[in-house]
Amino acid sequence: MSDTYFYIFAAITVASALAVVFKRNTVGASLAFLLSLCGVAGLFLQLDAQLLAVLLVLVYAGAVVALFLFIIMLLNMQGGDRPVFKKMTIVSSTIAGALLLTGVYLLAKRPELARLPEAGQPASVLLDLKIYGAKLFTTYLLPVQVVGFLLLIAMLGVIVLSKKFEGLEDVK
Amino acid sequence: MDFFFNLPLWVQISLKGLAAIAVIFPIAGACSLAERKVSAWIQGRPGPSRALPFWIAWVPVIAPIMQKLGLFHLMADGGKLLFKEDPIPGHVNKFYFVLAPIVAVIPALTTIVFVPFGGYIDQAGQIIPLILANLDIGLLGVFAISSLGVYSLILAGWASNSKYPFLGGVRASAQLISYELSMTLSVLPVFLWINAPGQPGTLSLAKVVEFQSQPGFWGGAWFVFLMPISAFVFLVALFAETNRQPFDMPESEADLVGGFHTEYGSFKWSLFFVAEYAHMTVGSGIFVLLFLGGWNPLPWVPLEMVVGWLSGLGAWATHPAFVGVLSVLIFLAKVLFFIFFFMWVRWTLPRFRYDQVMKIGWQKLLPLAIANVIVYAIAIAFID
Amino acid sequence: MAVIEVERKPLTLAERTYIPQILSGLKTTWKHLVAPTVTMKYPEERPPIPPGYRGVPTLVKDPNGREKCVSCQLCEFVCPPKAIRITPGEIPPDSEYAHVEKAPQEFEIDMLRCIYCGLCQEVCPEEAIWLQTQYSTSGYTRAEMVNNKKKLYELGGTLPDQHFKWDKKKAAEEHGNVH
Repeated sequence: MSDTYFYIFAAITVASALAVVFKRNTVGASLAFLLSLCGVAGLFLQLDAQLLAVLLVLVYAGAVVALFLFIIMLLNMQGGDRPVFKKMTIVSSTIAGALLLTGVYLLAKRPELARLPEAGQPASVLLDLKIYGAKLFTTYLLPVQVVGFLLLIAMLGVIVLSKKFEGLEDVK
Repeated sequence: MDFFFNLPLWVQISLKGLAAIAVIFPIAGACSLAERKVSAWIQGRPGPSRALPFWIAWVPVIAPIMQKLGLFHLMADGGKLLFKEDPIPGHVNKFYFVLAPIVAVIPALTTIVFVPFGGYIDQAGQIIPLILANLDIGLLGVFAISSLGVYSLILAGWASNSKYPFLGGVRASAQLISYELSMTLSVLPVFLWINAPGQPGTLSLAKVVEFQSQPGFWGGAWFVFLMPISAFVFLVALFAETNRQPFDMPESEADLVGGFHTEYGSFKWSLFFVAEYAHMTVGSGIFVLLFLGGWNPLPWVPLEMVVGWLSGLGAWATHPAFVGVLSVLIFLAKVLFFIFFFMWVRWTLPRFRYDQVMKIGWQKLLPLAIANVIVYAIAIAFID
Repeated sequence: MAVIEVERKPLTLAERTYIPQILSGLKTTWKHLVAPTVTMKYPEERPPIPPGYRGVPTLVKDPNGREKCVSCQLCEFVCPPKAIRITPGEIPPDSEYAHVEKAPQEFEIDMLRCIYCGLCQEVCPEEAIWLQTQYSTSGYTRAEMVNNKKKLYELGGTLPDQHFKWDKKKAAEEHGNVH
């Protein structure tokens, strides 16, 4: 039964991810992205990672894609008649795809993978959230801070790029 | 009873889900009538009070009262919206145009599975909440699913392929994202408070109610007394999230004709409203659970105490069925009051301007919510 | 120049939060919510008609049952939207009212054009046309909305008369002092 669910969600995820790339209509592509995220959330649920699934839906499906749509609609972006792929894009994406596939293949062939310990249920489902939070603020504090710092840099970059600093020559 | 529990699990779950939908869908429908009635009373009118089908007109006292309350207008409205012609304008994107009302209704009716709407007391004296999916992530689930509701407005606005709906869709996407932040932050103090160190962590709404029904002054106090700022921010964000006046930017009849639903008619149009009222119902339910003690009748008077008083009258008072119905009724009464409050506010306040909505959301409400979280985090750290 | 400079006070903190204003607004609407309704259920309840009300224009008869209109057509000329159309006619010599100048053969008021201004009533030298209390007219066709003479008298009925002008005139004629 769970295999069937896995195949359903995997098919939704992959098919809609392909649709994101190939759809010419930008709004349609964003909605396909939304569907893809929902498929991934379903896969997370299969793995008993309810929190992750819910956070994915809440943050990405609920807010980020809505923001994408907002920007698309605000700027009135249309697909237009330009070719979907430039030559450069095809070459680079082929290389990137090949690298990714190789990486996944090598990872799957690693002997350690076969001997990974059973994930097992957390001691109590109720404890899940608390453990998650505790890990985030103790063991993985550094990655969290780094990611936060990265986001801060991105935000500053956006402000510098988009804001017109008139009369402030030194900023330019 | 045994027959029910002998059914396959998926049949049981579907039946429970259908039962919950069978309650929330009519409530959402009846809200449209209530809206008309409340607006009429506030404006000094009697409101809809004419429809009277011939097959009930002969009943002496009840029929005139029902007629005066306009109950039959509900049927008339529903019938009209179901059977009138459902036009699809020629210039719309048909697939997304039809998809939008469906996307509106599904999240609106799905969120109910995370909401505990009552409880009964088992032999051990423990309150068992009545809930369709008793997950640990309760509230996050509600937020996640209801945040998908924004896509119906965006899709409707975009697929209509005309200017006013488009503006409505753009406004909806910006507004709902803005207020979601404040809403999520405003409930954090509640969960910081109930997730005291040494106890299992939870985001379950039933646990919040349990926490508000403890004995003692601090235990029995509803969170609206302990955290008024949280309650206020949550309430304002709830108004914005459900697109109710004074935040109904996506519709704003005055400047956008009908906003995102300008091009819609008959049944599809009514689905948007069922979804809005369902969001309102679930939102009020969550406010009641978080801040107004859920199914506890009064502050410092939990349900167990009332059942304890009633148990002197006979054994029926402690029967799970009686306690369950009692708790559901108390909960529903509070929710209905909140739905009335939504309408009361709607017919009192003028609509904000769009820039004011954004300003309130980002410059007033969000800092207030963040400050609130910090203050309570420090206070809770000191208490513990 | 009588310009009074009003000093605009800065909003207090309470006013800027907008909350006291919302609460007072809610209080006001609550008062209206519990107050009795001010509308009336129209077809069952009707509003009282004040004196001097200008309703549908009608033709009236005097207490003796004589039609007062003498088809002078003043109302037809004065009517701003040209709603009135009169076909004048003679009174047969054997009639009881042969001494009256004339009578309308047909008298039509198009209620789709009438603007209820009351000029016809003001201008009428015979006090024959009155805007009375009826305020609601409806019909399914345009033709139905044109009130003919019969309809106008039905609507108008009889009004009291102080002058009996034509009877006095006839009496004076019989006494021989026609001026």
